[in-house]
Amino acid sequence: MAESGKKVALKGSSAVERSGRIDNPGFEPAHQRVHDVNPDKAASAERGISLLFLLSGLLSVTAFVLYFLFPIVPGDLWTVRISTLLVGVAIAASLLTLGVGVVHWAKTLMHGHELVEERHETRGDEPTRARAVEIFQEANAESGWTRRRLLRNSLITALVAFPVPAIALFRDLAPAADPVEALKHTIWRAGTRLARDPSGTPIKASEITIGSAVHVIPENLDTYEETFLNEKAKAAVLLMRLDPADLNISEERKDWSYDGIVAYSKICTHVGCPVALYEQQTHHLLCPCHQSQFDVSNECAVIFGPAARPLPQLPISVDAEGYLVAQSDFLEPVGPSFWERNQ
Amino acid sequence: MATYPRRGRRHPLAAIALLLIGLFASGGAYALFTGTATAADTVPPAAQVENGKALFAANCASCHGLSAEGTAAGPSLVGVGALAVEFQVGTGRMPMAGSGPQAEKKPVQFAQDEIDAMAAWVATLAPGPGLPDNRFLSGGNESNGAELFRVNCAMCHNVAGAGGALTEGKFAPNLHDIDPVHIYAAMVTGPQNMPVFSDMNITPEEKRDIIAYLKWMDENGSVGGLDLGALGPVSEGLFVWIFALGGLVAITIWLTAKSN
Amino acid sequence: MTVATKSKPARQSSGTGMRFVGGVANYLDERTSISTAVKALGRKIFPDHWSFMLGEIALYSFVIILLSGTFLTLFYDPSMTEVHYDGSYVPLKGIHMSAAYSSTLNITFDIRGGLLMRQVHHWAALLFVAAIGLHMLRVFFTGAFRKPREINWVVGFLLFIMAMAEGFTGYSLPDDLLSGNGLRIIDGMIKAVPGAGLWISYLLFGGEFPGDDVIPRLYMLHIMLLPAIVIALIAVHLVLLIVNKHTQFAGPGRTEENVVGSPILAVFAAKAGGFFFLVFGVTMLIASLVTINPIWSYGPYDPSPVSAGTQPDWYIGFADGMLRLIPSGWEFEVLGGTLSLNLIVPIVVLMVFLGLVAFYPFFEAWVTGDKREHHIAERPRNAPTRTAIGAAGVAFYAVLWAAASSDLIATHFRTTIEGVILTLQILLIVGPFIAFWLTKKMALALQRKDREVVLHGYESSRIVRLPGGEYREIHTPLDDFEKWRLVSFDEFEPIVLRPNDRGRITLSARAKASVSKFYFEDRIAPVTKPELESASQH
Repeated sequence: MAESGKKVALKGSSAVERSGRIDNPGFEPAHQRVHDVNPDKAASAERGISLLFLLSGLLSVTAFVLYFLFPIVPGDLWTVRISTLLVGVAIAASLLTLGVGVVHWAKTLMHGHELVEERHETRGDEPTRARAVEIFQEANAESGWTRRRLLRNSLITALVAFPVPAIALFRDLAPAADPVEALKHTIWRAGTRLARDPSGTPIKASEITIGSAVHVIPENLDTYEETFLNEKAKAAVLLMRLDPADLNISEERKDWSYDGIVAYSKICTHVGCPVALYEQQTHHLLCPCHQSQFDVSNECAVIFGPAARPLPQLPISVDAEGYLVAQSDFLEPVGPSFWERNQ
Repeated sequence: MATYPRRGRRHPLAAIALLLIGLFASGGAYALFTGTATAADTVPPAAQVENGKALFAANCASCHGLSAEGTAAGPSLVGVGALAVEFQVGTGRMPMAGSGPQAEKKPVQFAQDEIDAMAAWVATLAPGPGLPDNRFLSGGNESNGAELFRVNCAMCHNVAGAGGALTEGKFAPNLHDIDPVHIYAAMVTGPQNMPVFSDMNITPEEKRDIIAYLKWMDENGSVGGLDLGALGPVSEGLFVWIFALGGLVAITIWLTAKSN
Repeated sequence: MTVATKSKPARQSSGTGMRFVGGVANYLDERTSISTAVKALGRKIFPDHWSFMLGEIALYSFVIILLSGTFLTLFYDPSMTEVHYDGSYVPLKGIHMSAAYSSTLNITFDIRGGLLMRQVHHWAALLFVAAIGLHMLRVFFTGAFRKPREINWVVGFLLFIMAMAEGFTGYSLPDDLLSGNGLRIIDGMIKAVPGAGLWISYLLFGGEFPGDDVIPRLYMLHIMLLPAIVIALIAVHLVLLIVNKHTQFAGPGRTEENVVGSPILAVFAAKAGGFFFLVFGVTMLIASLVTINPIWSYGPYDPSPVSAGTQPDWYIGFADGMLRLIPSGWEFEVLGGTLSLNLIVPIVVLMVFLGLVAFYPFFEAWVTGDKREHHIAERPRNAPTRTAIGAAGVAFYAVLWAAASSDLIATHFRTTIEGVILTLQILLIVGPFIAFWLTKKMALALQRKDREVVLHGYESSRIVRLPGGEYREIHTPLDDFEKWRLVSFDEFEPIVLRPNDRGRITLSARAKASVSKFYFEDRIAPVTKPELESASQH
């Protein structure tokens, strides 16, 4: 580009200014609208716009009337649909006609030429800046802010300490009990019967056919009235029956299941969604939130997705009446990981 | 989401007619259960069984074996019962169109009497679930059904029955406008990867409630307006970007364009 | 030239209307000095361009949110007390639920206009965040964040974060199954923070998840603290907008020293006011026609059930998508504690991403060392590297966003979840680079084309045969106004590395020089007068 003009880099900057740049040609000739030159067109636009405004007013009143004309009949969803639709559409139409009218007015009939405003540098002009500095200096001199260092520093100390009580005030957002202990236990105990969610009826081993998946809560969950959801959020279990031949059970867990019936925590070890999508042929459990997959035939090992740990298994057996019962609580904290979970 | 060719809604009497045929097929007397499932003990007309056997040999045996003992291409059907046949063939899933992650719903390949005949023959192989009593197919309690649906079904089929993804390309289908007998059958027989919800786990009365909820959703539609496939926040987000913001950007262009 | 630099004297009117307005104005002015404000602001100029209206969409949807939200507070009960539902919605009759969920159902089914207002509120909320996003993209790609507007970029960024926080707290309030599972996911993420996470969760939920406190607490945030912050930030944003005056695109007569457009009174006020009603109207129309968040089908929150397709609202999607893209097994025992990298890495990556967005203006200012004020919005092609960086960021965000709907992508396109996730994992790494490279190529190509057009005119597709038998296409030359739009852009070149006063080349100078090279090595210079003259002689 031999013909380009001479370049000068601005100091300390990548910006370049070049001589020989093409000049700004100045403003284009003003654009003439049909409404500016033709009074008939302008008059007809005016009539159209005022019609829109009147229509908008009419539509608002219509919405008001429709509200009363189409009441909601309790239990009849259709009336809710109709009321929502008619009132909503009438309001929307009144808003849209109003908006179109105003914009149309601005575009066609209001002064159409562009105006120019000068810009100034954002910073204050030199006298203003000088005066600001002067004010600070005067204030400093009058207060002794830099001169009286002891005063200033002790004031800063006091101000730093000022919010400290506020931090303490937030402690009682949560109860006094230790959260680590709370998260390590559920209400499952040795002998707690496994019951159906939500009915709470206990489950007999003989009722579970191969290929079944049953959503389970502890039979005594109902007795926790105050903390029902908190306990359920930790104790929810998924019970599945597989052909015992399909289960690969490690030595230490060989007594944890009953004739192919296994119970696993339903709370995902990733972030706590209920992992409940059981595929009875592949024996995979899928979490619908982040697609972690667990292999039930391999002690719920993670086979896909962001989860890192297998779902905790609930050791189960059968009581004298044939009902499924827990052998103990879970042997590790259920649900998402937290720093203190192994401490 | 999968879109299926929808079967036309059946006449209300169709289910009853179907059952009458089923009753007739199984000799008019199958166990009137009290908490346990059906099992056709009585012998159906021999002619129907023979017809079913012939249909099976011609259409199903290549995968399932001549005596339904199963082959490498298809599982054994001994003991699956008449209800499994009604579900698989009655929704068009069988015969399978080709290999895929799972058998999908498609136009039904057989007339109802042919399906009944095959079901009757399969039911003779070993005891298995038969067609449910009519009283378990309608008239349940929607709110109990909705609660059971959320606990047992929604994780795969979505709370609104819109369906959802499973692993490796499989999916749980949409549950709208499904014949009640097929909803019932799916729960009892646990087709493909769906778990079995036997009558001891979810009682026939509870199944009826679930059916009632699904039918309630079919009949009541979406109260808020277009449901965008009932897919939740994803379709809402796409809608707001494409239509709401898209529409408003179009308006800004009109608004700032010079009038002629 | 009919452009007026001074406003014309208002038409004299002696009608009753004018006298009344005069009386009221006089009364007010004698008490508030309002004439000073009118004088200062009344004829401020706003340039006209469609992309300058995007922030207004955000502002107006916020107003709509305030209006509809106020209606909803009159009927909503922010309480987790357990009640038996006894309203009109049959499939939930007799079910145990929180008062919050029950009152939301009542708003929906038993309050006339309640469902409409809920849908207006939620659609406007989605629109609010979307409009902020699009507005930010416009500001980024036109370089409108450059001096003196860096601080206003940060204010806008904070508004974006606050809007997401408002959205998430609002999403949780109905206490339905979908939002409850969303809260549980947040709880799981918080707990992963080493040391502090468990305590933050414990304090937020007032004990164990879900507890009885979180809904009233979120409600306080949603209707008091966060809106107050949003309103304050909007005020700062608008004050700075007035102080800095709006940017404008390059055009004939437009310079760094002026602003050309319509005055606030009356044209701009009319357009902006009319536009408010249009935004409101569109939102209202959508709300009356299209369902949003059908909480009745989700049912009350219960920790055991979950719905297929559990997703957050779109603006949280990128975070959810990030969680989904982490491979299995990223959790380790360190110093006796459990380090959940499968959650910490997403949190860190998202914070870094948002941090880059927030601080980009300062980074670019450092790279260019440019201390000038910039009031001309750049065409994206004229800043190829910035545009390419923006495209890379958009690609990164888009992959995360897509990942949040991995299950729906799998079912809709008949493919596998595993395949979708693997593809997106690869795209998350590779996608931004591809987007960067492609965008930069395209921007440079467009700049080259601009040069070509300025020098030789548009191809007219008319071929003529010259007397010598040669065929040639006739080029239509541009007029001066069109040319100016294509040649008036800032020029940058890589910094030349020079020793400083003490004769050394510092490390930071080297870093700056290499980044400067990365930015400005490939560049197309604007056409100059000598070039134009020599081109016209051919």
